[in-house]
Amino acid sequence: MNENEIVREFLVESAENLDQLDQAFVQLEKDPHDRTNLAGIFRTIHTIKGTSGFLGFGTLERVAHAGENLLSLLREGTLALDAPMTSALLRVVDATRRMLTHVEATGSDGGEDYSSLIAELERLATRTPDTSAVVAEAAPDAPVPLPALEPANPPIAVLQTAADVDAPAPQGAASLQVTQADEAGTTVPNRRSGQDRRSGDDRRAQDEKAPAAADSSLRIDVGLLDRLMNLVGELVLARNQILQYTATQTDSAFVSATQRLNLVTSELQEGVMKTRMQPIGNIWTKFPRIVRDLAVQCGREVRIEMEGRDTELDKTIIEAIKDPLTHIVRNSVDHGIEPPDERAAKGKPREGVLSLRAFHEGGQINIEIADDGAGIDPEKVKRKAVSRGIIASEQAARLGDHEATRLVFLPGFSTAEKISNISGRGVGMDVVKTNIEKIGGQVDIHSVVGSGTTLKIKIPLTLAIIPALIVAGADGERYAIPQVSLLELVRLEGTQARTGIESIQGTPFYRLRGNLLPLVYLDEAFERGTAQRDPEVVNIVVLKADDRQFGLIVDAIHDTEEIVVKPLGKQLKGIATFAGATIMGDGRVALILDVMGIAQRAHVISEARDRRISEGDAGDHAGDPQHDLQALLVCRVGDADRMAIPLNRVARLEEFPTTSIERSGSQDVVQYRGVIMPLIDLSTVFTGRPTQGGDLRQVVVHGEGDRSVGLVVGQILDIVNERIDIQRRSTRHGVLGSVVIQQRVTDLIDVAAVVGTSSASDTWAAA
Amino acid sequence: MMTTATPSGTAQYATFYLDGLYLGIEVLSVQEVIRHQPLTPVPLAPPVVRGLINLRGQIVTAVDLRARLGLPPQPDDALPMNVVVRTTDGVVSLLVDEIDDVVEVHAGQFESPPDTIRRRLDTLVTGVYKLPRKLLLILDVERTVACGASTHVS
Repeated sequence: MNENEIVREFLVESAENLDQLDQAFVQLEKDPHDRTNLAGIFRTIHTIKGTSGFLGFGTLERVAHAGENLLSLLREGTLALDAPMTSALLRVVDATRRMLTHVEATGSDGGEDYSSLIAELERLATRTPDTSAVVAEAAPDAPVPLPALEPANPPIAVLQTAADVDAPAPQGAASLQVTQADEAGTTVPNRRSGQDRRSGDDRRAQDEKAPAAADSSLRIDVGLLDRLMNLVGELVLARNQILQYTATQTDSAFVSATQRLNLVTSELQEGVMKTRMQPIGNIWTKFPRIVRDLAVQCGREVRIEMEGRDTELDKTIIEAIKDPLTHIVRNSVDHGIEPPDERAAKGKPREGVLSLRAFHEGGQINIEIADDGAGIDPEKVKRKAVSRGIIASEQAARLGDHEATRLVFLPGFSTAEKISNISGRGVGMDVVKTNIEKIGGQVDIHSVVGSGTTLKIKIPLTLAIIPALIVAGADGERYAIPQVSLLELVRLEGTQARTGIESIQGTPFYRLRGNLLPLVYLDEAFERGTAQRDPEVVNIVVLKADDRQFGLIVDAIHDTEEIVVKPLGKQLKGIATFAGATIMGDGRVALILDVMGIAQRAHVISEARDRRISEGDAGDHAGDPQHDLQALLVCRVGDADRMAIPLNRVARLEEFPTTSIERSGSQDVVQYRGVIMPLIDLSTVFTGRPTQGGDLRQVVVHGEGDRSVGLVVGQILDIVNERIDIQRRSTRHGVLGSVVIQQRVTDLIDVAAVVGTSSASDTWAAA
Repeated sequence: MMTTATPSGTAQYATFYLDGLYLGIEVLSVQEVIRHQPLTPVPLAPPVVRGLINLRGQIVTAVDLRARLGLPPQPDDALPMNVVVRTTDGVVSLLVDEIDDVVEVHAGQFESPPDTIRRRLDTLVTGVYKLPRKLLLILDVERTVACGASTHVS
């Protein structure tokens, strides 16, 4: 090991130790008698002092030495810890961190002047033990010699228990703190005490005791992981390309080799993605210190609680949310939680609680930051917004409480009566929101006056590889739309295409299940002017942006694909319409649409603000087919029969060329989204004759659980909302009964019965 | 100015043609030169950005150097070449008419750009080398590629 490597090792190790010191001090201040903790801190500082002396970083050594002196007096019980001492010791940590940064950048400790800090530490150390009452009181608690000095003392026992519990965790000692199980609701102090025992030399002691854990993990350069991730991205692209090619091949050996490649690639992608995952606790560890400093500064009493610190996120996302989270936490302490006296007057405990929660839900990470402070008064927010000219007063009057609270996310907004040096320094909530949305996340705020505010953040697990829908614009280019923003696809044909789109003051709308959906033409969003449009077919991609829905009209809808997100060059960074670019199976570049950017550009978000479309209309009444308004898909089956399928039975509408329909045994099947989906021709079921004519088959995809089956219909006619009043119960198999739709008798298909009796029921496609 | 000054006071430039002009880029900032690549246009982009190319899996912005220098566009059927340069703004491809050699020039041949050079060129051309049969205009790569959203009113 040459000297550079030794310095590097020292830097990495010290950085980890310092992060733990921050927590340890905050904890120590709460419980000054925690000797194990104190001893841990002492040893960490001692190690830094020793190593920096050995490596010739004189200033660093002197600062660490002064800190160590004070700590040793505290450890011996000669002095009792008080707030000035904690602050001074925290300054030692800060100074150390600063010098280490300097060492990393320049190779020297910078030689900055820390003599006042050293003097302060010396003054504190030589102060007569006038506050020894605390110590005297403390003494009976800990009459035994200091435990942590002897490696064979209780901490080890604690560690071993912890190690047993964590035995399956693959991480090494250094990351053990983040793998420990989090019991819901436990407060930080409770947990912290266990954790801090693992810092410093104790950790080293554990390394010796449990070599298996340490040997089974290694430190990897992030750059290497990034390169691996890029390579996997390339592999995914090559795989997509080969899959595209395989579709035209019949050689079964080649096809099965491709399938194998497909599987291995997917697993490799997942594996590499996992290596980049980090527990969110890594950024949370800084919060107790931040909260402590802030609380002291603004005279608050705050306890911080954390839940789900081992929830894992991609490293890039962790980095992206660090600043927004810090800002929210600062805000909560500064503006949320009231001063202790005020709290007491309100009958609340003097100590405010700031709780952080993180958990997985639906492929996304949820983070909640809640305080039990004063809450946000929606009326005050409205007044502020009006006085700042952000919204008009009539607009304000129409806003509900939740909408009003959300105004804090608008640029130029700060509810703080006075701008303190903690928050309100221009980094407002709008920046928090923009930063979170930049990584594909969403943020919402809920507040109850008098009892607190909760910020809810939803972010994707990873940014690198995402599922996306590929569409074509009027220019013939392909564009990718991230699947997270996608709600549904609507295709209008013939008369519907010509008359289905209405216009209110120049803004086009479509009635989607009785609600008005604002529409945006992709070519108009690109300012390409109105291109020649096919009057017979309209493809609407229904998207959600910021809780609102809008329809994007595109020329064609291709397929869904896993795409590798690549950044755009600096020349194109200013265009909000694009979130990046990707490389398609044929090697060409395709742009990724930024749904939020398009919505804002086309002004659908502001125009649709009061016109929220409720998604529930179809689903709410789905359970009961009688005497209720229900959305129905009306289609032609065979030559003439009009039949209806409850829309809640419909997952998607698809169109397949007849040439793509293959036979497996006696069953018609089609390759769909990478699986084989059985097809049931409704015409055969109800009339005995298969659907005739044309090169395309309209297919209603019905999904149940993770399986899907395609129902072939003659033509899709309409989607209607009708009060289902079954006129005539049917004895015909597969028909629930007859209903009157648009003054015409229409048979309602019993999808479950049709699928259940078909031979397709055995061969359902696992989607 | 960045030059690859050798002890003898010489510098090397990768040269190319653009609407009859003979231009050079400091050779160390050139990553590679490739033939025409399929371009994906970027709607709403600044007019000098012709599109994006796939450079072995890396997505690279292609800048239309003719448009950048205020020169008339190439005939439609002409396929521009890519001079891929490394800049502080990342890797960028400059679309040029035709590639020439890497030439070595001597400090004695250097002269500041004459006043008669058109305004647009003036800000991007840092100097002129008087070669035996023609003049070589030296392009400032950093300034050439700094044509982002800031210069485009969006």
